[in-house]
Amino acid sequence: MALLTATDVRHYFGGLCAITDFNLALHRGELMGLIGPNGAGKTTIFNLITGVYRASQGSIRFQDTELVGKTPHQITALRIGRTFQNIRLFRELSVLDNVRIAHYAQTRCSLLEALLHTGRYRREEQRIIDHSRELLAIFKLEHLAGEKAKNLPYGSQRRLEIARALAIGPELLLLDEPAAGMNPNEIGQLMEFILWIREQFQLTILLIEHQMKLVMGICERIKVLDFGQTLAEGAPEMIQNDPQVLKAYLGDGAIG
Amino acid sequence: MNTRLWRHWEWLLDRPWLLPALLAGGLVLAFAIPQYQLFNNYIQLILMYIGINIILTVSLNLVNGYMGEFSLAHAGFMAVGAYTSALLTMEVLPVGTYPSLFPVALLAGGAATAVLGLAVALSSFRVRGDYLAIITLAFLMIVKSAIENVDAIGGPRGLPGIPRLTTLPWVFFWTVTLVWLVRNFVYSHYGRGILSIREDEIASDLMSVDTRRVKIFAFMLSSFCAGIAGGLFAHLLQFISPRVFDIVKTTEILIMVYLGGIASIGGSIIGATLYTLLLEVLRPSTMASLLSWLPAPIFDPLYEYFIRHLGVLRMVIMPLALVLVMLYWPRGIMGMREFRGFVPRRDRAAHHALDTPAESPHGTADRH
Repeated sequence: MALLTATDVRHYFGGLCAITDFNLALHRGELMGLIGPNGAGKTTIFNLITGVYRASQGSIRFQDTELVGKTPHQITALRIGRTFQNIRLFRELSVLDNVRIAHYAQTRCSLLEALLHTGRYRREEQRIIDHSRELLAIFKLEHLAGEKAKNLPYGSQRRLEIARALAIGPELLLLDEPAAGMNPNEIGQLMEFILWIREQFQLTILLIEHQMKLVMGICERIKVLDFGQTLAEGAPEMIQNDPQVLKAYLGDGAIG
Repeated sequence: MNTRLWRHWEWLLDRPWLLPALLAGGLVLAFAIPQYQLFNNYIQLILMYIGINIILTVSLNLVNGYMGEFSLAHAGFMAVGAYTSALLTMEVLPVGTYPSLFPVALLAGGAATAVLGLAVALSSFRVRGDYLAIITLAFLMIVKSAIENVDAIGGPRGLPGIPRLTTLPWVFFWTVTLVWLVRNFVYSHYGRGILSIREDEIASDLMSVDTRRVKIFAFMLSSFCAGIAGGLFAHLLQFISPRVFDIVKTTEILIMVYLGGIASIGGSIIGATLYTLLLEVLRPSTMASLLSWLPAPIFDPLYEYFIRHLGVLRMVIMPLALVLVMLYWPRGIMGMREFRGFVPRRDRAAHHALDTPAESPHGTADRH
C-alpha cells in the first residue's frame, strides 16, 4: 500500500481551478519529483498535503489517516516534514532554536510541568537539545548553533531548513525547490546529500524542482504538472521524451 | 569601558549563586523594611508600585514582545482582577479574622482574568496585528463600561473601603513568583512556540507547533498575571474606580515595556523600575525635597518656574520621553536581549539574545 495517496484532488482559488483531478500514489522509500512550469500548481500540491490549504474536493491519505480537514500542525505531527521554496526560517532566533522548535509535537510534558520546570521537563528539554545538536552536526552547522538564522549564508540557510524539517522525525519529506539559487557544483553535492539523508533517515521524498539535472539525476519517478493538470508520470527517461512535456516546457516549435 | 572592571562584572554575572543571593537579600529586605521602618511609608509605597508594575510589564511583554502581537487590553485585565479580588475580600472572605486568605482572593481574581484572556486569545485566531490591537482596545472599553454600569459595585463612583492587605512581603512574593513563571514559560517549548509565531506563524504551524494552544496559554498566563497585579493594586490603593483602568493605564504599561525593551524579562524589570521612579521624581513635592539642598537663590526660581508646575509638566515629559526613546533607542534598554542569570543554563550556549556572548565555543563543545 502506498504511503501517501491523493485521489481526485481539486482545489479552487475563488473561481479558478488551480488543481484538477490530481492523483498520486507515493510508495514508502520512493523518491519522486514533481515538475512543471511556473504556476503549474506544484507548491499548491505541497500546501494541500500539509494542510495550509484545504482541498476543495477529493481525498489525501497518509498511511491510514485522511489529511483533508486537518490543521498543518496535526499533519506535521503525523511525521510529514517540509521545506519552503523561499526559505522560511525563524530569522531572529538562533540556529539551534530553529531546530528545537520543530520538536514541539514530540514533547510530552504538560503546561504545569513547563511552568514549574520540573525534573522530568528539564530532562525532556535536554533530550531535545541533544537531538537538535546531533542534527546540526550532521548538517555541519553545529559551530553556528548560537548564531541568528538570518546571519547564515544562503547555502547554510537551505541546509538548516532541511535539518529543521528532519527534526520532526518525518517519514515523508517534502522538498520545495531545494536547489534554487545553487550553482551546478552545489547542485551535484545536493543530489548526493538528498540520496544520503534518504538512506540515513529512511525517508520517502517528494520534491519540487526546476533544475532538470537534479530531477533527472535522482528521482525514480517524475510527475509533470501544467495548469493544475497532470501531463505525464513515469521514469525520468520516459518523461524526457514525452512530447506533451516537451511542448509544455519548450513550446511548440521545439519538437522536431 | 574599564576592561578590568568589566571583567569583574562579567565574572559576577556568571556566578550561579548571584540570582539566589539577590532573591534571598530581597526577601530579607521585604520583611525588614516595614518591620523596622528602614524607609518611610512613601518609599515603601513606591517599592510596592515598582513590584506591581514589574508584574504588569513582564506579563504584557509576553504578548507584545515575545509573541509579537499588540495588546491594549492590559488595564482591562487589571480591572477584572482588582474588582474580583476586592469584592471577595470585602464581601465573601473573612479576611478580617484570617488575613492569610488574601492570596485566595488574588488567585480568584487572576483566574477570572485568565478567562477573559481566553476570550482575547480566541479572537487572536482570526485576526492579527493592527486588527487584533483594535479588538483588545474594544475589550478594554467593554470592561470599563461594564463596571461603570453595574451599580452594585459602585458604578462610575468606584469601590471604596477595600482592606489594605497588600504588604511589601506579599508584593515581593508575587513579583518573584509570577516573573519566575513567565520566565519558565518563555524558556519552554511553549515559549519557543510564541517566538516562532512572531517570526512566521505559518512556518511555525508547519513545524508542528500547535499555534492556537500556544496562543491560548500565552494570553491566559499574561492576563492571569495582570489580574494578580490588579488585585495587589486594589488592596494597596484601597479605592478603585473604572477611571483608574483606562487607556492611560495601558499606555503606561506599554511605555514600561518599550522603554525596557521587547522580548526581555530583564528589560521589563528595568523599564518598570525606571518608569515608576521617574514618575515619582517628577512630582512637585518629591522633586522639591530631592533638590532642597540647593541654595535658595537657585532653588527658589527653580521652584517658581519649574518644580511647582511638574504636576502638569510631567504629563508632557513622560510621553515626550517615550517619543525620544522610540526615535533614538527603538529597541529600548534591553530589546531582544536578556541577562544571563534569567536564562536557564542549558539554553545559554545557543541563546539568540544574551546580553553578551556568554560562552566561548569551547564552552559549548564540552557538553559532549
